[in-house]
Amino acid sequence: MGTEAMFGLTGKDFVILAADGQAAYSIIRLKNDADKIWKVGNMLFGCSGPSADTANFMEFIEKNVKLNELRTGIPMSTKAAASFTRNELAHALRKGPFQADLLVAGVDNEGPSLYFMDYLASSVKVNKAAHGYGAMFTLGLMDRYWKPDLTEEEAIDIIKKCIKELETRFIVDLPGYKCKIVSKTGIKEVQL
Amino acid sequence: MAPVANPKTFCLDIKKTNEVLTAPKLMDFRKGTTTLGFVFQGGIIIAVDSRASMGSYIGSATVKKVIEINDFLLGTMAGGAADCSFWERHLNRLCRMHELREKERISVAAASKLLANIFWQYRGQGLSCGTMVAGWDKKGPSLYMVDDNGDRHKGNVFSVGSGSTFAYGVLDTGYSYDLTVEEAVELGRRSIYHATHRDGASGGVVRVYHAGEPSVGRSPVGTWDWKP
Repeated sequence: MGTEAMFGLTGKDFVILAADGQAAYSIIRLKNDADKIWKVGNMLFGCSGPSADTANFMEFIEKNVKLNELRTGIPMSTKAAASFTRNELAHALRKGPFQADLLVAGVDNEGPSLYFMDYLASSVKVNKAAHGYGAMFTLGLMDRYWKPDLTEEEAIDIIKKCIKELETRFIVDLPGYKCKIVSKTGIKEVQL
Repeated sequence: MAPVANPKTFCLDIKKTNEVLTAPKLMDFRKGTTTLGFVFQGGIIIAVDSRASMGSYIGSATVKKVIEINDFLLGTMAGGAADCSFWERHLNRLCRMHELREKERISVAAASKLLANIFWQYRGQGLSCGTMVAGWDKKGPSLYMVDDNGDRHKGNVFSVGSGSTFAYGVLDTGYSYDLTVEEAVELGRRSIYHATHRDGASGGVVRVYHAGEPSVGRSPVGTWDWKP
């Protein structure tokens, strides 16, 4: 668990993810506009951890999900993609693991779904999730304000509340939050 | 060969004895370094110091820490001198092979990724490299920072090495995308100069490179050397 913040919520017919934009080297901020939310097929994968691990792992997952689609002609469901990813994490765990914590979000025929996954290869289907130190400050808030059938406006409002709380209570100033929404119609970035 | 009883183990022996006696870390040839690079309106500026330190000794004050990979690509070195120069010369070869195979120059993104993939393969095995790969391709100027963890970042402003924090201070404060070439060169020079002042492991001369927009048949990489 690093000094990062990445969190997400399920809504009525969408899933929303947000992550900070910091890439750090030791105590030096290398970047404040890093994008930690990857587009994989028609899904969103939030990935936090050392940037070498996350980049290598996510490129591997992204290409394999694409390969599967080319081979079968069927796009992967969120559940299938999450299972595949979890399995890769589990295999990697015993041979120099990828230190990658993930939030997997997608909307398919089953509706919107969000999976919480850590580098130890646990995977849980949830309605709200968070990684990093940011989780300590945002989970309570999300538990308080989340409800079934959230609208996009309400969800964005919760994300904003979370970021505001991190800015007031977390001693580290995490810059450049990026927020994305995945729904049946596609993926869009939200300007906060 | 070294004039000793057992030349084969000369380096190991001298390391062992000097460790105890007079010169601790004499054989640890590392570069305490400050290097920086930034992208601006007029192209890319790369600036580096030139000190090579071996523990508390200054091994050389005139080291070249910028490698000209080809006429359109520059690489910088910080960390272990051997690791950096070996792998950047290897990258040099890979880039030339790409050019011969594809009849096209390699992009900065691809070149930096070749290096990052090598570092990723050797991760945790003790490589010590902090490098920047910068230059021009079809898409224009770009700058990547690649290090021994396998990290690879694209960005507009980077500084690498033991003096990087000092250089960042000057660099971030004076940086703007709209700098003129003269201002940018001066900013690069000053950033390294102030870093060499505060960082004991950096020093020597400041070398500044400007990679301006390439025109047909002319190398974009110009060089200026300065004494601080």
